[in-house]
Amino acid sequence: MRRQRRLLTGWGRTAPTAATVARPRTTEEVALLLREAGRREGTRRRGAIARGLGRSYGDAAQCAGGLVVDCADLAPGYRIDPESSTVTASSGTSLADLMEHLVEHGYFVPVTPGTRHVTVGGAISADIHGKNHHVDSSFGAHVRSLTLVTPDGAERRIGPDRDPDLFWATVGGMGMTGVITEATFGIIPVETAGVRVDTDRTPDLDSTLAVMSETDDHYHYTVCWIDLLARGRAMGRGVLTRAHHAQVTDLPPRRRRAPLRYTPRTVAGAPLRVPPRLLNTWSVRAFNTAYYARAPKRARGQIHELSSFFHPLDAVRDWNRMYGPHGLVQYQFVVPFGEEPTLRRIVARLASAGAPSFLAVLKRFGEGTPAPLSFPCPGWTLALDLPADLPGLARLLRSFDEQVLAAGGRLYLAKDSRAEPAVVHAMYPRLGEWRRVRQSVDPEGVLVSDLARRLEL
Amino acid sequence: MRNAVGAVDSVLLLGGRSEIGLAIVERLVRDGARKVVLAARGAEEPDRITASAERLRAAGAAEVRPLDFDAARPGTHADVIDAAAKLVGDLDIVIDAFGVLGEQTVFEADPVAAADAATATFTGHVSAGLAVAARLKEQGHGILVVLSSVAGVRVRRANFVYGAAKAGLDGFAQGLGDALHETGARVMIVRPGYVPTQMSAHVSAAPFPATAEQVADAVAAGLRTGSEIVWVPRKLRFVFAGLRLLPRAVWRRMPR
Repeated sequence: MRRQRRLLTGWGRTAPTAATVARPRTTEEVALLLREAGRREGTRRRGAIARGLGRSYGDAAQCAGGLVVDCADLAPGYRIDPESSTVTASSGTSLADLMEHLVEHGYFVPVTPGTRHVTVGGAISADIHGKNHHVDSSFGAHVRSLTLVTPDGAERRIGPDRDPDLFWATVGGMGMTGVITEATFGIIPVETAGVRVDTDRTPDLDSTLAVMSETDDHYHYTVCWIDLLARGRAMGRGVLTRAHHAQVTDLPPRRRRAPLRYTPRTVAGAPLRVPPRLLNTWSVRAFNTAYYARAPKRARGQIHELSSFFHPLDAVRDWNRMYGPHGLVQYQFVVPFGEEPTLRRIVARLASAGAPSFLAVLKRFGEGTPAPLSFPCPGWTLALDLPADLPGLARLLRSFDEQVLAAGGRLYLAKDSRAEPAVVHAMYPRLGEWRRVRQSVDPEGVLVSDLARRLEL
Repeated sequence: MRNAVGAVDSVLLLGGRSEIGLAIVERLVRDGARKVVLAARGAEEPDRITASAERLRAAGAAEVRPLDFDAARPGTHADVIDAAAKLVGDLDIVIDAFGVLGEQTVFEADPVAAADAATATFTGHVSAGLAVAARLKEQGHGILVVLSSVAGVRVRRANFVYGAAKAGLDGFAQGLGDALHETGARVMIVRPGYVPTQMSAHVSAAPFPATAEQVADAVAAGLRTGSEIVWVPRKLRFVFAGLRLLPRAVWRRMPR
């Protein structure tokens, strides 16, 4: 098994730490690695954590001084079971690879985040959500069973009906209950590789919220890009896109011959070195204004490719480099329905601070999963990116933390890279319940990540 | 752990009575650090660092621990670093701030006093710095902040014992930083100009002075952006780029 000491960061490229990275090929090798990490004593005991494609923005898949179990080489391959509409895949399989095969066979993943470059293991550990959360909940809701290697080296097959406590502590558990090596989850049938999209431009935050509340339920997928630099009357204006999977009859006649032809594309890569502050208030305002102006005011039934609708940013490889050498901070919170004033205050504050965020998205969440550390719950979620070296960023986000907490909301752990332990503990009142389950499978605390150390999970 | 915006959880100050060092720690505490170890000679005796500890607690530190540390006893340094790690866990930031300025005229008359001062200002940092580096490397993260000085950038006749020690320290810190490249541990060198403190009370002010708080602000900003060398005030970098080029005959006559 190859092992290498390497510097690792999350997708935000902040706070690098060094760890020994091992790439096991089998479940047995994973067990061996975990037992080995558990045998170290005293200050040499630095722990272990699983890593997939490193798309968590912060430090969730890092383990400073310890062992990082890179799941990429775990027995690749997948099995589709048409009877039960499920697929079984190794945890290191990326949704990108999976989709290439699934779509060809007339299926699609139950949930996809804004990038397809995440692994099945990461999708479960972060309990990821997508544009269909309001109808389909998060990824964990679709998992039928999974194989988990716990620090004692045991291999456990668990699911919602088999050791449910451990299963739900693993869903959204940020890798702290064991290393997932394989999972079986539901897939949905699709007729084509296209989506039928309705687009509406909204002039301000009130209409954005109103249109979303009124029409979300009619669509399988909805999301709103929001211009966080627009001020005054235009504050909170957005471009709302809502879609269904396209049927063959929706496609133009030319495409009906091969309706399942799936063509994800990467059109460009970000340059290796980008000067600091390339993305600043002015450049982002120019981008946002152009993006808003270019979007149709109202369009109905346009056919888009799956990849361009779900993963527009994947077209630019390593887009995170655009934030320059100091990296980016992603901030995503949810506040319950009824707490719109909190959302409005935060949007207003971002606009008045001129915080340069060009990837802000607003979405309505539906029901969450029973997982104690799962992020989504019914309410509004806003996700935004900011340059990590933005002056005053720490204080700005700390003030948002307080407002989100007071509104009964929470932050998304897979995106966090800077919150304080006490705040996060208060946001996840079921943390104690999760810790008890974790304690039962990892009494010596072998599994630990930089995120877990920083937030004292 | 250091977070994405440069805040840390634990700080070890080597030279627990250094005014500049304490100003930096206070700033880090205000930015979120909760655990502090103040390491100084006799720190564990009652009432030796109470005032500093109170000040840091008032700034928001949850834990301030004293630790005995003697720069002149290199054989103890590795144990001191281990003891600090036992007190607060991972060392997110270690500030290397000990040293003595002394008085050049005294040093010239008393070579032994000069050598002792050089030990405190330079060789003590070699053993302490290497012990810190080993610890940071093992934990896979952490920053060693080394308080150098512009006095070491080009050594002056007026304070060459202190200047030479700082020059040695600066060079050592640069090499250590390179040795730690890609290990997760980093070294940040701070080069302040004249800073009015108790230690420098006996020398007259120099041009481009900085306060201890300004040094602390510059360090905090450097931590956010990952700077390797921080000049305080920043313009001293350009001033010294010019001073380095002065002919020796002129440099020799620099009043101080």
